[in-house]
Amino acid sequence: MKIVIIGNGMVGYKFCEKLVSKCPDRDLLSIVVFGEEIRPAYDRVHLSEFFSGKGAADLALAPASWYSDNNIQLHLSDPVTSIDRSNKTVHSHKGLTVAYDVLILATGSSAFVPPIPGVEKEGVFIYRTIEDLEMMQDYAKRAKKGAVIGGGLLGLEAAKAMIDLGIPDTVVIEFAPRLMPRQVDDAGSRILKSKLEALGLRVQTNKNTAAILGDEYITGMQFTDETHLPVDMLIISAGIKPRDELARAAGLEVGARGGIVVNDHMQTSDPNIFAIGECALHNGMIYGLVAPGYEMAEVVAAQLCGSVKSFHGFDMSTKLKLIGVDVASFGDPFIAGSEFRSVVFEDSCKGIYKRINITADGKQLLGGILIGDAADYNMLLQTVKNKLALPPNPEDLILGARGSSEGHENAGVSSLPDEALICSCESITKGQVCNAVTASGCETVDAIKKCTKAGTGCGGCIPMIKDLMVHTMKSQGKYIRNVLCEHFDLSRQELYDLIKVKELKSYDLVLNELGHGDGCEICKPAVSSIMASIWNEMILKKGNDTAQDSNDRYLANIQKGGTYSVVPRIPGGEITPDKLIVIGSVAKKYNLYTKITGGQRIDLFGAHLNDLPNIWKELIEAGFESGHAYGKALRTVKSCVGSTWCRFGLHDSVSFAIKIEERYRGVRAPHKFKSGVSGCIRECAEAQAKDFGIMATEKGWNLYVCGNGGSKPQHAQLLATDLDDETCIRYIDRFLMFYIKTADPLTRTAAWLNKMEGGIDYLRNVVVNDSLGLAAELEAAMQLLVDNYSCEWKEVVENPELQKRFSHFVNAPEEKDPSVKFEPLREQKIAANWK
Amino acid sequence: MSTITENITWFAACRSADVPQNGGVCVKYNNDQIALFNFTRRGEWYASQNMCPHRMQMALSRGMIGSQDGEPKVACPFHKRTFSLITGACLNGDECAIKTYPVKVEDGLVYIGIPEADGPLPA
Ligand code: SRM
Ligand SMILES: Cc1cc2nc3c(=O)[nH]c(=O)nc-3n(C[C@H](O)[C@H](O)[C@H](O)COP(=O)(O)OP(=O)(O)OC[C@H]3O[C@@H](n4cnc5c(N)ncnc54)[C@H](O)[C@@H]3O)c2cc1C
Ligand code: SF4
Ligand code: FES
Repeated sequence: MKIVIIGNGMVGYKFCEKLVSKCPDRDLLSIVVFGEEIRPAYDRVHLSEFFSGKGAADLALAPASWYSDNNIQLHLSDPVTSIDRSNKTVHSHKGLTVAYDVLILATGSSAFVPPIPGVEKEGVFIYRTIEDLEMMQDYAKRAKKGAVIGGGLLGLEAAKAMIDLGIPDTVVIEFAPRLMPRQVDDAGSRILKSKLEALGLRVQTNKNTAAILGDEYITGMQFTDETHLPVDMLIISAGIKPRDELARAAGLEVGARGGIVVNDHMQTSDPNIFAIGECALHNGMIYGLVAPGYEMAEVVAAQLCGSVKSFHGFDMSTKLKLIGVDVASFGDPFIAGSEFRSVVFEDSCKGIYKRINITADGKQLLGGILIGDAADYNMLLQTVKNKLALPPNPEDLILGARGSSEGHENAGVSSLPDEALICSCESITKGQVCNAVTASGCETVDAIKKCTKAGTGCGGCIPMIKDLMVHTMKSQGKYIRNVLCEHFDLSRQELYDLIKVKELKSYDLVLNELGHGDGCEICKPAVSSIMASIWNEMILKKGNDTAQDSNDRYLANIQKGGTYSVVPRIPGGEITPDKLIVIGSVAKKYNLYTKITGGQRIDLFGAHLNDLPNIWKELIEAGFESGHAYGKALRTVKSCVGSTWCRFGLHDSVSFAIKIEERYRGVRAPHKFKSGVSGCIRECAEAQAKDFGIMATEKGWNLYVCGNGGSKPQHAQLLATDLDDETCIRYIDRFLMFYIKTADPLTRTAAWLNKMEGGIDYLRNVVVNDSLGLAAELEAAMQLLVDNYSCEWKEVVENPELQKRFSHFVNAPEEKDPSVKFEPLREQKIAANWK
Repeated sequence: MSTITENITWFAACRSADVPQNGGVCVKYNNDQIALFNFTRRGEWYASQNMCPHRMQMALSRGMIGSQDGEPKVACPFHKRTFSLITGACLNGDECAIKTYPVKVEDGLVYIGIPEADGPLPA
């Protein structure tokens, strides 16, 4: 079958991808694609990121080679100019004539430009393609005053672009009385407006443009209310116009206001021609969003590959991040009248607005709007779609976290009916997900993904899939064992105990004795970490080097572009001028980017793999050691200056921090861990944000545990008070060893405590009161690690065998990776942006 | 994948002892980079392009190897995309497939098979 696709935009590409991945008889299809733009399909939805640093290549959905690798002929910069339906051929601008059995129109849409006098002037732009943006980029250098016509979704994207282009003063002009008139109500628009204004944008609603002023190029705008605005650059974003010109010329049926008419099979009035994406008019509707376009692509691809599928409209509920603000609308956002009531929550200080519309009897949710915080979007959408029963006080739906938000969501998942759509990218229902668990025996999210394709698109539904899986397994009476991966039917804690009892010291032995298969990127680092936590042997020996996570294997963190970072330990953040000079001269010699980290030390970035041993040799000679920035190990112990200089300092927090850092350096754990020591209650070392934090009191030290920064910050909790140095260290020994023994892989102390039954009281009993009788054992285990410490970089520097692995090419060891590229920035270098 | 039917030129990459057990190295071939893996546990050798198609990083040789349902695979160190070492197919997500090459070991030397179409050998 000869398939010709006109248009290589987002939907045209998705269609190719679906054909390639879905068709059992792929080899019988010949696929030819014509695209008008100069580059293969790219992510138009994230077009604005072009200005915030993403290049054209970053936005590409697939490189040109993808098409050739998959045997698809791609003709770029070559628009189709006519369709000959009687001979079933298309004719292109460059003179190609190609025959088709099936023709797909995926021509998308163009920006609608209202007939305002002066729109042809220089400095007036539309916002649709990368070329549009490139032209803007040039022009923007001269512009100081910007304007955007259109306060809808695209208009606000364009306004963000103006900010990114560095235009200091930009006005958004909207004809309607509010912003985003199709998605948001007046109150929501007000909140959105104040958020935009906080970003430096001005917003004028109820404004109708009468003319664009200027001779050759734009100098201002004139409105119907007789007001003027000086403007050097304008983006028009007043809506879209489906590109139906080819279809129209070929005599296919088009809508009165544009768009190629299609039936539920996406067939046009010619049964051999299909239209998908923004050019298609289905049931009187043009969908200006990408998800419905993808669904259309799926419908046609499925039919061509021999199955039956049709399109029945698409829910227009959307959740977006506009200029950094969450905006979502679902169901019927505006419904009003005596049969309905709305519940509204507004916090103008935080910029949050939530509205839900429910039936007057309070039994059903019909739709709503969320601005500033759209975390509840998924669950609310499901509630509308599935007509779920509402809680007795419907306002609970938006007032959220009054109690555990997780509990709320779980309850939600189990109450969904089987038809509830869980993954909208791949149209998978709750029933299908649960069936994958019960009938096909899928017991991991990966297995469900593979079996149903759910969660393989945007990934937004994965938490729900996991909840459903766990819930279904529990309801089958299955004990959900927390096994490591397909190679070990053991939890981390079980593995830990077995490795210790059996005295196993290499990954291969562990796999032989306790696992099966060949291992993978999940169990290898987990087992390596356990062995390091028990024996603390040099991690690159006994064949364990290739079982380490890549960063551990090279004792450095891999960075964008393939170079590495070098982080010497600077205990407590204290450093002598001489050592500072060494860092400076090493950085200069090897051309490294230097930065003070958030952990009170210095990171040197951009080191070639080949240079690492030499760099470390020089650092070690000057008395530095590895900082283990690459390991799941102790990072830094932050200190404040304390009683040595500070007028409030109670004890010498720097000395204690150094002592702590030197004690636990190199200790490997399920995840990295950090500490801090503050000299008084003012807490300048932020100790309460650390895995364990120490704070001086009049009588000694208070010990806090299980704090975390990161994406879910959590304050540390008080474990014990007024401790002397020795007791404090003993408690830390016990605490850390208990964590190392019992936590799941890659779980920070805060997450570990959150899951612990009995919480901090239980932990205190174990650590302080020795309720499990483990204290002596834990202390001894830690002492073993402390005694076995040695700097692993020092060992590499002294061992030529180990050094061999630090070359890029095995057959040209002295050559560096030629693909590494840097760019200059503020007198230093940074990694070139990746593709 | 299936194109290695006709003419293969065998390129001597390195000594087998140069490649760590159950790990990979990067081989320079003209201006190209090839990842070569010594899968000791399976007694097998594999080779693939060194570039990870996700972010076009020259990194696969530094990745961890392992298996999934018996299929040998490599995980990219950057974002853990995994690829079959036999077919080159991406085993998670929609990344495009990587090129794989045949490998043979003779007299302690490792040879990578380059299909004719992949361009001339170094002089
Ligand atoms: C360099 C540094 C940023 C900076 O320029 O300041 C940094 C850089 C990285 N951080 Fe960080 N973090 C740095 C301080 C922090 C801090 C602040 C602090 O330690 O006081 C935090 C929050 C505190 C915390 O951890 O609780 C922090 C929270 C994270 C997280 C989130 C952890 C979490 O529990 O959610 C990650 C991701 C992870 O570890 O999985 C991360 C991961 C990373 C990685 C390792 C990402 C990676 O895998 O490549 C970065 C690589 C650094 C490198 O190559 O050297 N970094 N990172 C800081 C190094 C500190 C140091 O001297 O070692
Ligand atoms: C700035 C911006 C932000 C957006 N944000 C979102 C968002 O947040 N969420 C969302 O869901 N959607 C968003 N969209 C909309 C989304 O990008 C579109 O729905 C999607 O791109 C439509 O895909 P398509 O393939 O139908 O059309 P397009 O991606 O426009 O592709 C059509 C292609 O066909 C080509 N073509 C036309 N005629 C011919 C011809 N005769 N011969 C050959 N080629 C031809 C065109 O040049 C074009 O490359 C946004 C759009 C823009 C511009
Ligand atoms: S924590 Fe206390 S001692 Fe330390 S710097 Fe702040 S005020 Fe001074
Ligand atoms: S670069 Fe390989 S997974 Fe991202």
